[in-house]
Amino acid sequence: MTHGEHDAVQGYTTHHPRWFRKRVSTYWWLEQWAYLKFVLRELSSIFVAGFIVIVLLWIRAVSGGPEAYETFLNCMKSPLVVVLSVIGIVFVALHSVTWFGLTPRAMAVRVAGKKLPEFLIIAVNYAAWIVASGFIAWVVLRG
Amino acid sequence: MAESIQLEVTRYSPEKGAAPSSQTFEVPLRRDWVVLDALNHIKDQMDGTLTYRWSCRMGICGSCGMMVNGEPKLTCATFLHDYAPGPVRVEPLRYFPIVRDLVVEMSDFMRKLRKVKPWIIREEEKPVSQGEYLQTPVELDTYKQYSMCINCMLCYAACPVYGLDPLFIGPAAIALAQRYNLDSRDAGSRERLEIISQHEGIWGCTFVGECTKVCPKHVDPSGAIQQYKLTAAKDWFKSWLMPRGAK
Repeated sequence: MTHGEHDAVQGYTTHHPRWFRKRVSTYWWLEQWAYLKFVLRELSSIFVAGFIVIVLLWIRAVSGGPEAYETFLNCMKSPLVVVLSVIGIVFVALHSVTWFGLTPRAMAVRVAGKKLPEFLIIAVNYAAWIVASGFIAWVVLRG
Repeated sequence: MAESIQLEVTRYSPEKGAAPSSQTFEVPLRRDWVVLDALNHIKDQMDGTLTYRWSCRMGICGSCGMMVNGEPKLTCATFLHDYAPGPVRVEPLRYFPIVRDLVVEMSDFMRKLRKVKPWIIREEEKPVSQGEYLQTPVELDTYKQYSMCINCMLCYAACPVYGLDPLFIGPAAIALAQRYNLDSRDAGSRERLEIISQHEGIWGCTFVGECTKVCPKHVDPSGAIQQYKLTAAKDWFKSWLMPRGAK
């Protein structure tokens, strides 16, 4: 029996004070910018998953021969896919930036008994991101 | 600067049965006044029936937590002039049942605190004759941040997970469990992990991070929970790799 039900049955008596319990609105995430930011961050994982699906389709197209690859490229050129990709890349960037920002909270790195400053842990993440992106760019663009 | 400021205070009388309403009071706006001073002024001078909790008025006791303009705050540490020209909305802590006016029901929180065994658990107690348990400054530093919690419950009022799922153990209780886990004198982490690694424990947390932002003592409960998740995951992985390994 929840407190609400209990109250409905009992009503107010000295030893059963009637509490007031407010229901959390379905739109709680719109009530505060911080909550909305959190929901957008969580939502961004869908776009990350979307990009992984595109990469898998891309690999399938490459292994399917020149014709399949051409069809895949044409599909990717359609305005709808381009618009979705642009929205996707914004969310993927949001995903990376927000999670890099949260890393020092999830990892308390101690060196010689002292906690490493937050910016250093964030900087390592960004450095790894730049190195990985640079490597991919080199692989793709070297001709 | 205006001479006075309006306070919109939540009123709720359980014996009347109606939903909470808001009552507006005009209070002097003084530079050195915090929201709690304004509430005390109302109670002393205007309406003695206004009910709220407070004690130390210096950020130690953790009694006077309320929502000030929608944000969980210790009213003894929240200056009125920061909200000038007003009005200032003062409400009971969010996500808790209201008992009367600004007083919330907190036994749920108290139960959860007890549940995580926030005390030092030893495998073997040393006899008193052997002296105290010594600790180096580095060992103290490992958990000190989490020991600063004053149980003001602001983190619960900031946590939508607690709002949506009242079974969630919540930020302060988990941070306190972590405080004892990280204490070099403690040997109870396995006992606590069984309680904390349940769905209503660490895995209920989605890392909204607001608990850390509102904490007046910089405890960082969301950090404690994420680090706890890491420990629990490593523990699970180890038990999976070495099912018959040392317990």
